[in-house]
Amino acid sequence: MSPSHAAVNRPVPDLEEPRALPEPEVAERTLSSGLKVVAVRRGTVPLVELRLRVPFAGADDDVSVAAVLANTLLSGTSAHTNVQLAAELQTIGGGLSVGVDPDRLVVSGNTLADGLGRLLEMLNEVLTTATYPEREVRTERDRLADRIQIAFSQPAQAVRRALLRRVYGSHPYAIETPEPDQVRAIESPSLQALHAERVLPAGSVLVLVGSIDPAATLDLVERTLGDWAPTGSAHRTPPAPALTTGPLLLVDRPGSVQSSLRVALPALPRANPEYAAFQLANLIFGGYFSSRLVENIREDKGYTYSPHSSVDHSAAGSMTLVGADVATEVTAPALLEIEYELGRIATLPPTAEELEQARQYAIGTLALSVSSQAGLAGMLIALAGTGLDLNWLAEHPIRLAKVTLEEVAAAASAYLAPSGGVTVVLGDAGVVAGPLGALGAVDRS
Amino acid sequence: MSAPTSAGAPVTIPATGFPVERFTLPNGLRVVLTPDRSAPVIAVGVVYDVGIRSEPQGRTGFAHLFEHLMFQGSENLEKLAHFRYVQASGGVFNGSTHLDYTDYYETLPSNALERALFLEADRMRRPELTEENLANQIAVVKEEIRVNVKNRPYGGFPWLLLPPVMFDTFANAHDGYGSFEDLESATVEDAESFFSTYYAPGNAVLAVGGDLDVARATELIEVHFGDVEARPVPVRPSFAEPDLTSERRAEHHDAMAPLPAVAMAWRVPDPVNDLNAYLAYVVLAEVLTDGDASRLVERLVLKDAIATSVSGYLGFMGDPFDVRDPTAFLLQAHFPPAVKSETVITAVDEELDRLANSGLQPGELSRVQARLAAHLLREVDAVLGRTLTTAVLEQQRGRAELINDLPHLLAEVTAEQVVAAAQTLRPARRALLELVPGGAQ
Repeated sequence: MSPSHAAVNRPVPDLEEPRALPEPEVAERTLSSGLKVVAVRRGTVPLVELRLRVPFAGADDDVSVAAVLANTLLSGTSAHTNVQLAAELQTIGGGLSVGVDPDRLVVSGNTLADGLGRLLEMLNEVLTTATYPEREVRTERDRLADRIQIAFSQPAQAVRRALLRRVYGSHPYAIETPEPDQVRAIESPSLQALHAERVLPAGSVLVLVGSIDPAATLDLVERTLGDWAPTGSAHRTPPAPALTTGPLLLVDRPGSVQSSLRVALPALPRANPEYAAFQLANLIFGGYFSSRLVENIREDKGYTYSPHSSVDHSAAGSMTLVGADVATEVTAPALLEIEYELGRIATLPPTAEELEQARQYAIGTLALSVSSQAGLAGMLIALAGTGLDLNWLAEHPIRLAKVTLEEVAAAASAYLAPSGGVTVVLGDAGVVAGPLGALGAVDRS
Repeated sequence: MSAPTSAGAPVTIPATGFPVERFTLPNGLRVVLTPDRSAPVIAVGVVYDVGIRSEPQGRTGFAHLFEHLMFQGSENLEKLAHFRYVQASGGVFNGSTHLDYTDYYETLPSNALERALFLEADRMRRPELTEENLANQIAVVKEEIRVNVKNRPYGGFPWLLLPPVMFDTFANAHDGYGSFEDLESATVEDAESFFSTYYAPGNAVLAVGGDLDVARATELIEVHFGDVEARPVPVRPSFAEPDLTSERRAEHHDAMAPLPAVAMAWRVPDPVNDLNAYLAYVVLAEVLTDGDASRLVERLVLKDAIATSVSGYLGFMGDPFDVRDPTAFLLQAHFPPAVKSETVITAVDEELDRLANSGLQPGELSRVQARLAAHLLREVDAVLGRTLTTAVLEQQRGRAELINDLPHLLAEVTAEQVVAAAQTLRPARRALLELVPGGAQ
């Protein structure tokens, strides 16, 4: 497990016996409205983190309505204007923000612990009486359109947009962010209609983590969110399609001094019994700094600052995303190395040392990621999207501990083979098309 | 514990009580320990008192390049071994370069404490500075600059682009990421000399936070760092510059940017030696830009719709409590192409005048202070944020305990102080940078 070194004068200390994570104090309840509430005590600092996940699959054919709704949910209620809402929240040291994607709407917030009751009152007010005032909607939608324009000008966003379209085709996941013009056309009535139809407690999950008494917090939530009880049922996202392989897609960005390389590959969802083996295979390939990909194209060849291979989990499917931003002149050589490393992980089993190192990393960083209030709240709300909870979190280290080399090799061969990947490159096509063509067929967008 | 708070009732500003222990090794290394045994994780941070401002002329970007070299092997560890040992312990690591310091850190399960101390001590004793590693990391840093600055709209705006408008000396005005020319001409000898001058144990603070026993941690620190050779500690020069007496403006043409933007900055009191006066500016930044109830967001974004976003903060890297004098109060706004930058600038001036002349509204100060307290508490909830904050507070002020005191100190800032701070943000003391987007000539 320890890296070898030719002339060790001082031995690297061994690890001591690990201390177990104390069992968290948790309380859970599903209210009569269908809202599931999870409260966890984590009292390092006198704050509470709040996350509310509302299923939002198929909210509209046009993602622009959902996007504007997320940006205007806090624009006014029957009792308060947007400015008054924000001031009320500041009074308790609190804040709320809203995000949306093709699966869900998430309201995130935090407050000084003493303000939790008030934060929940404000949340209830927003959920039950948001008004989408016309003037505020106009302002926010124009502002959102401008921000989208800025986002699309960023290479990382532009290449992601092209990749999602290429991978998902007509599935809802193909479009994460609407066009600026679509956003500018949204009016208040369509927001009110979408809110009435989809901002529902049924299927929603509320997570509270912080300096709280979990059982008492459930009672507080039940009292405070009692008005939020419209009926209706959540929609499900249709299953994501399997990846359709094909030629590399080259998106021109004239004058780029770097190319953004992305390779999409299949992935397993967290609930799959083989997920732990797959997760370790991905780590060994490119999922952390001590991976083959980073050692090759960063620490050996200096092609890139930030190579990575991460797994995107969505409700209807998971995807591995390999990425690197590389100097224009090494675009094709860098892609060649990525494909080489994918081929190597898919056809040659990793060493026992590689597996142990990745295993310890996966177990240790899971504990780290849930050691803060915000980290734990974020993890629980992400898991809630696929029906997983604290039990999965508690059991995952045990699953990771049991994975064998053979299982990792099998997962790598099934999911990380370069032949199963879809490649998209954003860069100066005039310069990079030729060299990329030497590696395989290239489609120009 | 939570209790419902009724509408309008102010909350009390809570405090943390993280215990702070400190000692100094005979070689000069200062050590701060902040135990918290609620989760089995620790953070280890080493902060060296050298940053971008100390770079030699002709060596722009060197402090950051050197940060990369500190990961490339050391006395007992070959290249890549540092990464592997941290990650094989279940931990994560990184480093970062600031105007006044450079930090190295890892967060790990607490059973890896001794290993983490060994790794930091080994590179404090002797990093492996070779031609091959230098060439490799120059290439990596160039890609970092491409991805963060050269290939990205708004890259370096305003943190790399505004200092040369505001300051005249090389130390304060130069590009901290560095020019490719300077980076490419860096030598192993430069690196050895930089290490020998600035990476002495007496020029560093080691902080360990989280799941630790103070007596045991002290013993381990003595074992691993005790024999790092003492070296002279450089005297930090003054980087002081006179304040501006007339407005300075500059334009930056960004061919890739779709929308215009403007950033402005004013000098502020010394954050270390005049903390009280400085804190008023920290509160002022929140009054002006924190959320929909803040003055500039309400006016520019919600009411006039002449900006798509506004932000205000202290320090070019957004680091209010880990930067020394001279530093600045910054405001920046992105706005639609149809809006003229003068319209945005005038509205900012009007709002500053209104605050300077008419003062704060009832309740405005206390709600902003409550929010600031929550921001600070949130930053120190994660063991890494807590540990690095104590390290820098100890190094720059000898006061790691400030981590527990800052929420209260900010709550003691008065309305008069905030108004007085706003009165200093006059056009004549301002450095202003307009970002002109591609095609919007």
